[in-house]
Amino acid sequence: MTSARGGSRLWLWVVSSAVILLVSCVLGLMIGPAGPQWWRIPLELLDRIPFVNIDSGIAARDWTIVWQIRAPRVVLAAIVGATLSLSGASFQGVFRNPLVDPYLLGVAAGAGLGATLVFALGGSRPTDWLIDPLPLVSFGGGMAAVFFTYMVGTSFGKTRSNISLVLAGVAVTSLATAIQTFVLQRNNDVVRQVYAWILGRLSSATWGDVRLVLPYVVVSTVVLLMHRRLLDVLRVGDDEALALGTNIRRVRLIVVLAATLGTASVVAVSGLIGFVGIIVPHAVRLIVGASYRKVLPLSVLLGGAFLVLVDIPSRVLSDPAEIPIGVVTAFFGAPFFLLLLRTRETSS
Amino acid sequence: MRSVLAHRWLAVDEYSNYPQEAVDLGTKLSGYEPNIEAISGYTPDLVIASYDPGSLVQQLGELGVPVYLADAVTTIDAAYEQIENIGLLTGHAQEATDLTAQMKAQIDEAVAGVTLPAEPLSYYHELDNTLYSVTSNTFIGSVYSLFGLRNIADNVEAGNDYPQLSAEVIVSADPDLIFLADTKCCGESKATVSARDGWGSLKAVANGNIVELDDDIPSRWGPRIVDFVIAIRDAIAALLVNS
Repeated sequence: MTSARGGSRLWLWVVSSAVILLVSCVLGLMIGPAGPQWWRIPLELLDRIPFVNIDSGIAARDWTIVWQIRAPRVVLAAIVGATLSLSGASFQGVFRNPLVDPYLLGVAAGAGLGATLVFALGGSRPTDWLIDPLPLVSFGGGMAAVFFTYMVGTSFGKTRSNISLVLAGVAVTSLATAIQTFVLQRNNDVVRQVYAWILGRLSSATWGDVRLVLPYVVVSTVVLLMHRRLLDVLRVGDDEALALGTNIRRVRLIVVLAATLGTASVVAVSGLIGFVGIIVPHAVRLIVGASYRKVLPLSVLLGGAFLVLVDIPSRVLSDPAEIPIGVVTAFFGAPFFLLLLRTRETSS
Repeated sequence: MRSVLAHRWLAVDEYSNYPQEAVDLGTKLSGYEPNIEAISGYTPDLVIASYDPGSLVQQLGELGVPVYLADAVTTIDAAYEQIENIGLLTGHAQEATDLTAQMKAQIDEAVAGVTLPAEPLSYYHELDNTLYSVTSNTFIGSVYSLFGLRNIADNVEAGNDYPQLSAEVIVSADPDLIFLADTKCCGESKATVSARDGWGSLKAVANGNIVELDDDIPSRWGPRIVDFVIAIRDAIAALLVNS
């Protein structure tokens, strides 16, 4: 296969994945426990295009439900899914381990500790503060945990081995989790709030959340996508990559930092949504192969589509109640993944 | 969990913050994971607990300390019964009966004080700012039912009596009244609710029918039920005057 053909194949995949993401978002906008009839929503969306005039017959209240409540949730789901998948794929590349998830170096535990502290100190009362402390402190906690992991993990001198980094991540995660458990045990009255945060929450998504995370996510995504070729070089092994003139240490640092920035910012607004960061990159690999030039961009698009789609049952299955997104992600994601794995095995 | 000796309080757990005398005791026994040794250290004649988190009853029983389990109730009548039982156990049977009689009279008076419209008013009771609520099967719901109010959370599947509601559903249901039981935990208020995306168009927001409750009062089935009932009555009366 020539690189030109490979390139056009990649674009074909990117365009089809973008279409899947777009269709998922429209579906996400159309289906919900309340609001207008589903078929009116595409009409209203078309009506909003300049010079197009269609009467969708949607009442103002119903459009408020779609645009103020459902739409930010769909957009946030797409951002969170895309970011977790991209970060997961990047971590897997840097650590050359397919079982790694974006929470490997302690970002989830750090953010969880931050969130628990905010709840325990009564800080979930945004009115007492200039800005809502929950995303701020959980973001800070996540970043601090990874920073700590990196400092400890690279201080042992063996910069060419990333095992010490992973072990430092395990230690920092355990430490942060222990402190979190202790704080939680002293403040049992906030258990439900912390538990809800751990299971992930898209239900309270607002346009404000979207604006809050977007700058960080864009920076993280651009930096990671720029490193997709270097991650391919790392695939051959540290010694070979060094021989090819790659500054392994620098690539690793930048990718870990960028992936952590993205992960910490989405975790700050959506809590811990597991599974996405492992399952989506894997599914992408099963379809297009292991090259990070393809895996990274497709993880962004299909990760976004995946979370938008699984958020639909979390909204409607137990209408008028919600099912935590973390539960639905695993419930639908795991069988889908097994099916994909099986189909792939059979066809090869 | 409360330990009493005839008419003397020895200790309360960390969440028992009413009446003020309970706070003044300054005891910080754990409410969720009670330490049997710490409790028995007070040598109580009776321990009152709202649930048995493990082997509390058994272990205190082995130490010769009786425990009265005042389980979470789902009706006001059951709350009266517990108050009277506690009165009996602590040697205050008459006072307890007088108290429940007074509560009944005050609640009856509050309920009779408003003339309800033919079409039942709907309400949404908020437990926290991630939109957890209660159905009519709960104790809190049963209090609203005294006024014939219709709960917008009542359509969830059986057994899910503390559901997390979808914001879409709340806006679509457009309740006449919103009761906030998350003013202390989460700092919610008329202002924060009105500022939520998509909530501005709600009747309750536009007409100011949002009631800021003390989080503790609706969820605890003591004599302060009367305060809760009066808050509901006042909210309905204000709504009817303005409509």
